[in-house]
Amino acid sequence: MSRSAPRRDRPWMIRTYSGHSSAKASNALYRSNLAKGQTGLSVAFDLPTQTGYDSDHPLARGEVGKVGVPICHIDDMQRLFEGIPLDKMNTSMTINATAAWLLSLYIATAERQGKDPKALTGTTQNDIIKEYLSRGTFVFPPEASMRLTSEIVSYTVDSVPKWNPINICSYHLQEAGATPVQEIAFAMANAITVLDRVREIGEVDDETLARIFGRISFFLNAGIRFIEEMCKCRAMTQLWEEIGRERYGITNEKMLRLRYGVQVNSLGLTEAQPENNIVRIALEALGVTLSKRARTRSLQLPAWNEALGLPRPWDQQLSLRTQQILAYETDLLEYEDLFDGSHVVEKLTSELLSAAREELDRVLDMGGAVTAVENAYMKQRLVESHTARLRAIESGELTVVGVNAFQETVESPLVAGGSDAILKVDESAEREQIESLEAFRKRRNTDEVTRALRQLEDAIKNGNNIMPPSIEAAKAGVTTGEWSQVLRDLFGEYRAPTGVAAVPITDEALASEEIRRVRARVDEVSRRLGRRLKILVGKPGLDGHSNGAEQIAVKARDVGMEVVYDGIRLTPDEIVQSARDEGVHVIGLSILSGSHGVLVVDVVDKLREAGLGDIPVVVGGIIPEDDAEALIKAGVRRVYTPKDFDLTRIMDEIVELVSELNAA
Amino acid sequence: MPPDPSSVTDDPASLARRVADGDLSAVSAALNRIDDDRPANREAVLALLDALEGGRHGARIGVTGAPGSGKSTLLDALVSRLHTEGRSVGILAVDPSSQRTGGALLGDRMRLGSAAREAGVFLRSLAARDQLGGLSEITGASLDVLSAAFDLVFVETVGVGQSEAGVTDLVETLIFVAQPASGDLIQFMKAGILEWPDIFFVNKSDLGGRAERTVAELRAGLTLGHRRDPGFEPPVLAGSARDGVGIDELIAAIDAHQAYLKASGQGGIRRREGRIARARTAIVWRYGRFGLARLGGEGVIEARVDAHPGVSIERIIHDLGREIEHAFATPSGD
Repeated sequence: MSRSAPRRDRPWMIRTYSGHSSAKASNALYRSNLAKGQTGLSVAFDLPTQTGYDSDHPLARGEVGKVGVPICHIDDMQRLFEGIPLDKMNTSMTINATAAWLLSLYIATAERQGKDPKALTGTTQNDIIKEYLSRGTFVFPPEASMRLTSEIVSYTVDSVPKWNPINICSYHLQEAGATPVQEIAFAMANAITVLDRVREIGEVDDETLARIFGRISFFLNAGIRFIEEMCKCRAMTQLWEEIGRERYGITNEKMLRLRYGVQVNSLGLTEAQPENNIVRIALEALGVTLSKRARTRSLQLPAWNEALGLPRPWDQQLSLRTQQILAYETDLLEYEDLFDGSHVVEKLTSELLSAAREELDRVLDMGGAVTAVENAYMKQRLVESHTARLRAIESGELTVVGVNAFQETVESPLVAGGSDAILKVDESAEREQIESLEAFRKRRNTDEVTRALRQLEDAIKNGNNIMPPSIEAAKAGVTTGEWSQVLRDLFGEYRAPTGVAAVPITDEALASEEIRRVRARVDEVSRRLGRRLKILVGKPGLDGHSNGAEQIAVKARDVGMEVVYDGIRLTPDEIVQSARDEGVHVIGLSILSGSHGVLVVDVVDKLREAGLGDIPVVVGGIIPEDDAEALIKAGVRRVYTPKDFDLTRIMDEIVELVSELNAA
Repeated sequence: MPPDPSSVTDDPASLARRVADGDLSAVSAALNRIDDDRPANREAVLALLDALEGGRHGARIGVTGAPGSGKSTLLDALVSRLHTEGRSVGILAVDPSSQRTGGALLGDRMRLGSAAREAGVFLRSLAARDQLGGLSEITGASLDVLSAAFDLVFVETVGVGQSEAGVTDLVETLIFVAQPASGDLIQFMKAGILEWPDIFFVNKSDLGGRAERTVAELRAGLTLGHRRDPGFEPPVLAGSARDGVGIDELIAAIDAHQAYLKASGQGGIRRREGRIARARTAIVWRYGRFGLARLGGEGVIEARVDAHPGVSIERIIHDLGREIEHAFATPSGD
C-alpha cells in the first residue's frame, strides 16, 4: 500500500475566541495566536462595548476588559489590528446590538490601512433574537433591532460583498438548554424572520435575494452526544436548502449550501476534575468535522478550564493544538462522507428533521421569531428544557463523569497552583482604558463629531441605511457610547421577558423526595417568620447570561419560596431598591462576567448603607477560590460555583441560612 | 427579625407616621408587618392599619387587561411621567401564586424600565395566595399602606374575568387596557366585565386601523351595556405605551375621574361600598355563608362600617370574626 501523500480536503478555519484587557494586549495575543498556526481571528468584545457604553460609563464599572476587549473609538480598533493586514485576514466579531457600529469602525480602520472594503472577509454575529433568548446583550426593542440587522445585510451585500453580515446563532440556544430539535427550529425561524424583513424593506430582486441567502451563515453548538450532534448538522443542512428552494425560490446550488461555524459546548464543561474537559472538547470537535457532508467551515474550541475562570494563553494553545491534530495529523480530511448510506445516521437525521419542521411551523404560525420572543414562547421552552436537563443530572439519570458519577479522584496537578491555573485580568486595565479614552476625546475635532452625530440621527429618522453615516461617524471620532446614545434616544431600550414565570411545576419536581423535604422546611421556616420566605434573585452588571439565575428562580419557586426575579442588567442600586421594596429575607446574586469583585461588594455595601445589612447575600457564578474568600470577607454568606450542580441542596442551605439568622 | 428590624422596634403610631412621610423603608416594613400572620402579632398589625386609616389617602387606581395587552409598559410610561410632574407613586403587582407548592415567581410580568427605576418608584409584588386568580385579603391591606404613603397607587392585575369585580372593591379608578383585534373584547363583553372600568385605553395604536376599530367597538359596546356608575361616561382613549403616545391624555383622564368622584360624592359612596364588600368577602371566605348568617346577615356589616368610619376595615373584620367565633362557641338556644 502506497504511503505517498493522499489528496486531502482543505481544513476548516481554525480560530480561538479571544480578547481581553485592552486593544494593545489583545493585538499581542492575536499576533501570537496567528504565529502558532491559527488561520482566522475571533474577536471577543467586553460587555460595555457589546451593550453600547463607553468605558467610563457608570454601568461599565468593573466590566472593562473583562470578557473581551474594550473598543471605544477608531484608534482602539486600529490598535487592535496593528500589523494585521485586514484584506488578508478573516475576522469574526461577536457583536450584536452594536454590530453596525463595530463593523463601521472595522471598515474605517481598513480604509486607514489603505485597503478596499470590498476585499474584507469575516463575520459580524448580528443575531439579536438569540440575545433576547439567551445571551442578553440586546439594547433596543425587537422591531428596531430587526431594522438594524436587515440594514447591515442590505448594505454589505454590495459594499462589502465577501462579508457575512449575520451569523444566526443556535450556539447560545444550546447553552440556554435547547434540545437539538429546538436548536434547529429556532435558528431557522430566526433566519426566516431576518430574510423576510430584508425582502420587505429592500425591494430586493431575485438575484440579490439569492446572494443574500448565500451570505447568511450559522453558528452552531456541539455537545457531548456527538453522534446526535453530527446528525443535527446534517438535518440543518437539508432544512436550509429546503427553505431556500421553497420559501425563497432559490435555485443556485452554491447559494443553497448551509455555511456554518461551530464553537463546541461550554455548558457541559465541568469544574470538578476539569482536565476531563480536554477529552470532552476533542470529542465534540470530532462531532462537527467527522461527516464531510456536514462539516463546519470554522471551529472555535473553548479552553478546558473555562468553568474555573478566564483561560491563560497556554490553555488556549491546547485548544488550538487539538484542532491542528484533528486537521493535520489524523486521516479525517482524506475521505468522502463516511456516513452516506448509513441507516442509523439517516434515521436519526430524518427524525430530527421532522420534529424540527413541526416546531418551526409552530413558531412561524404564531407570527415568527420576533413574536415568539415578545410572547416569551421560545424563552419558556428553553427554560423548560434546561430545567429538565438539570433535574436529570441531579437525579443521576444523565451521567456526567466526575460530577454525579466517578467523583473519586486524586488531586489534579493541573489545578494544584490554585488561582495560578487561570488568567488574572490586570486590574489597572480599566483605569488605563479610561485615561486613553479621555485623551482621545481631547484630541478629536468636536465639530466634526457633532456634525456626524446629527447626520446619523437624520439618517435614522428618514429611514435611510444606518451604515454610511456610521462609517462617517467612525472616521470623525465618535465613540461607542455616543453612537449608541443616538440610537437609544430614537429607538428606546428594551427589557425582555424572563420566561421563568410560566415554567410549569412538573409532577417530577413535586415527587422528588429531596424537594419535598426542602419544601417542608420552607413551610416551617415561613411559619416562624410569619410570612412566606421571600428571595430576590438578582443579576448585577452587564452580563446577560441569565440561565443560572433563571434555574435558581425556578427551583426556589418549586421548593415553595416567593421569588422576585427582575431579569438581567441591574445596577447595585436597583438591586438594593428591589430588596427594600419587596421585603425579601435573602438575596441571591448570579454573575459570570468576572466582575463579581466590584459588583457584589457594591451590593453588600449599599445594602448596609440602606440599613438592610442584615439581609444575607449569597452569590453564584464563575468565581475563583481566592475571590470567593474575598467575597466572604466582604460579608457574602455563601459562594456557589459550577461544581455546585445540585440546586435543591443550594436551596436547602439557603433555607437553613435564613432560619439560623432568624432564630428566636 | 433582621430583614425588617423596624417591624419589631417601631410602635404602630410612629411607623404609621414614617409611612405618611413617604419613608420608603418604613413603607416596606409596614407591608412586611401586615403580611405577618402570626396571631401574636395581630394586634400590632391592626393598630398600624388603624393609625393609617386616620391619615391621608392617595388615589387608588387599578390597571387590568389580558396578558400581552401591554399593562407593564403602560404603567412604566405612566409612572415615569407622573414622577417628572413631582407626584409620588407606588405600585402593587399581583401575581398568580402556585397553589401546589406555595411558591411563586414574582416581578416577572411587571417590568419597570430604567426611567421608573431611577426615579425611585416603589414597587411591591404580591402573590395572590389563597384565591385562585383573585385578590387575597392582603392586597387590600397593602393598598391601605401604600395609599397612606403616595399621591397615587397603582395595582396591576391580570384580567381573567373574576378579579375585575374584586379589584373594584379596592380602587376608585379602574383602567382597562385593551389590545387591538385580540378577540379579547368579545369575551369581556360577554362576561359583562365592561361595566366596571372607568377608563379604557386601547394600547398599540401604532397598529393603525385595527386599533381604531377596537376603539369604535368599545364605544359601541359601552352604549349597549349596563354601567356601574351611570353618571360618568368612561372615556375610550388610544395610544401607544411603547412610544409614549397618549400618556398625557391618560393622566388627564385619571385626574378628571378623581375630580368627578370628589365633586359628585361618588368617591365617598365607592369607598363605603368597597369597605363593606371587603368585609363581606373576608367573612364569607373565613366562616362561610353560615357564619355570615349567624352574625345576623349583611346588614350587620353595613351598620358596623357606617358606625366606625375612622377604623380600619381589617379591625372591623377582626372584631366581627371574634363575634362569629363567640356565637359558634355559644349554644344558640334553638
